[in-house]
Amino acid sequence: MENSILIKTVDLTKVYPMGGQSITALDSVSLTFRKGEFAGLVGPSGSGKTTLLNILGSLDAPTKGSAEVLGEKVETLSHKKAAALRNRHIGFIFQTFNLLPVYTAYENVEFPLLLLGLPPAARKKAVMDALDWVHLADRAKSRPNQLSGGQCQRVAIARAVVKKPSLILADEPTANLDAENSHHILHTMEDINRELRSTFIFATHDEKVIGHLRRKIVLVDGKVAKDEVIKAA
Amino acid sequence: MISFLFKGILRDRTRSLFPFLIVLAGVFLTVAMYGYVKGMETNVIRFSANLRSGHVKVMTKAYAKEAEQLPNDLALTGVAALLADLQKAYPGFAWMPRIQFGGLLDIPDDQGETKAQAPVAGLAADLLTPSSQEPRLLDLQKVLVRGHLPLKAGEILISDELAQKLKVKLGEKATLISSTMHGSMAMKNFTVAGTIRFGIRAMDRTGIIADLADIQDALDMRDAAGEVLGFFGDAIYHKDEADKMTLAYNARNSESSDEFQPVMQTLAEQPGMNFMIGWLKYAYSLIILIFLVPMSLVLWNAGLIGSLRRHGEYGLRLAIGEDKGHVYRSMMAESLLIGILGSIAGTALGLALSYYLQVKGIDISSMMKNITMMMPTVLHSQITPVSFFIGFIPGLLASVSGTAIAGLRIYKRQTSQLFKELET
Ligand SMILES: Nc1ncnc2c1ncn2[C@@H]1O[C@H](COP(=O)(O)OP(=O)(O)OP(=O)(O)O)[C@@H](O)[C@H]1O
Ligand SMILES: [Mg+2]
Repeated sequence: MENSILIKTVDLTKVYPMGGQSITALDSVSLTFRKGEFAGLVGPSGSGKTTLLNILGSLDAPTKGSAEVLGEKVETLSHKKAAALRNRHIGFIFQTFNLLPVYTAYENVEFPLLLLGLPPAARKKAVMDALDWVHLADRAKSRPNQLSGGQCQRVAIARAVVKKPSLILADEPTANLDAENSHHILHTMEDINRELRSTFIFATHDEKVIGHLRRKIVLVDGKVAKDEVIKAA
Repeated sequence: MISFLFKGILRDRTRSLFPFLIVLAGVFLTVAMYGYVKGMETNVIRFSANLRSGHVKVMTKAYAKEAEQLPNDLALTGVAALLADLQKAYPGFAWMPRIQFGGLLDIPDDQGETKAQAPVAGLAADLLTPSSQEPRLLDLQKVLVRGHLPLKAGEILISDELAQKLKVKLGEKATLISSTMHGSMAMKNFTVAGTIRFGIRAMDRTGIIADLADIQDALDMRDAAGEVLGFFGDAIYHKDEADKMTLAYNARNSESSDEFQPVMQTLAEQPGMNFMIGWLKYAYSLIILIFLVPMSLVLWNAGLIGSLRRHGEYGLRLAIGEDKGHVYRSMMAESLLIGILGSIAGTALGLALSYYLQVKGIDISSMMKNITMMMPTVLHSQITPVSFFIGFIPGLLASVSGTAIAGLRIYKRQTSQLFKELET
């Protein structure tokens, strides 16, 4: 159970049509992720990191090949099933647009639980716990425009982990943060990884993030150029 | 979840207040415009019916042919018997004998010499019988400017404008010079009891109103009248019924070649009325064209833009695990809610304005100085049951259909693509 396979991709390929031509964003990517990993996709801009994360998160479908995520084949999932998979098991952290602007930090974190249909008392406890993890319990009532970039990112992390998902996909989570905040949220994520045994997969070029990774996968032109374990669990 | 969406609507003005105001404005214009045209229709019909044409009108065949020239030499005779017949045949109806006449009104000085003189267009109706409905039909209390209504034989009402032009005061003498039914000269002295203003240009320039018996006497028209007007019991013009009874009435005497045979005409057959009713139909179509269609387009567009702006939000909600159908339905619920609220508010405002116009009216007589057409110069509005829902057609349809179509994009796109659109 400890080392069970969470994700397995085989020859995963994504081609975007671009006018008459086409762009191969992912080229025969075969990767396996196990439960509890703290892994990162690194590589130059345009190398396919976001594309891969989106497919793993069932937000996008591959052109060729397969991606099995938590026992579901992403390429054959219906909209409904994909939504259910994300809803129950996957937490997202995005680089830019992260929070629903009209809602408070509390409400943003509460949203996935509303979708899951949790009763109010359970929701309240889970939301406050999650905000505690990111040290923002005192800002629960603030709207995104009243929070700093780093604080918004931390709220997004709280929202990703609030339902204690098996898989957390984070696309450049530190891009807008200074060194101190970056380390702070990385520590938070390491804690969550340890406590909840959630699998984290990052997409990043940030050296600070790379320093925290235990496994580094280098993508170049949509291909896996290197896949190495750099730190023991 | 519903309260969650509701919070969003309330907090984001661009998604609530803005579309709400657009719906409100469109619905308001539609309702107000509809009430206005409806008021106009009712007013025009009521005015014409009460003043000139009745809901149906009985004349001699010959008189009907030249009705425009008020040919009293061709008037109906034996009116008392005719009225009795009509009352028996159409029990729900009210029948009013009238005489329209032309002539000169001469204002004498102390010596009996002409001080001032003007051509007049007169209307004679039964004003003195206590049970007579004519003062009410002609709305005399309301149009009276100065003085009082005729209380005894020999008293007349003359237009306020005419009175000022002739410099005649209340209680002074005025002589009507006209011709009798048989073509000889007629002259009769009257006392000016009061002045009137109808808000109808043609009547306000030259109008006088006299009692029927006085004019029958003056024009030598004993037991005669130019026309007999018939009114439905509920005072509302029922076109189909009027058409039917007119057809039946005229068929009865169709064989006769007697030019003095009575014939019946409906309100719609009166000169000018067809044009008027046709024009109103045109006005309704115009409202539909000018308001409903572009308003729907504007609202549709607003729905489209509103949802485009929110692609990011939808993308995020989908990423968090909301189902596409759920997002789509929540968009529809939002637009439906805004459509309903906007339509209610717009309808309320539109009805308020219509009500104001219905009660007070807007005087446009100054704009109609040079128009001699028989037309009310006070604009009125009328609220009908239709007023309460007509605004909901553009209000709901447009805002909901706009969102429905815009929302289809969510289905068409890859979720990851929705994100890209918000990032830029
Ligand atoms: N919707 C799309 N249509 C066409 N091409 C696309 C689309 N999305 C991504 N691409 C292309 O696919 C390639 C991989 O893009 P991707 O966003 O995965 O790169 P990335 O590694 O995340 O880059 P960055 O580090 O800049 O975020 C790029 O060449 C990009 O231009
Ligand atoms: Mg990227």
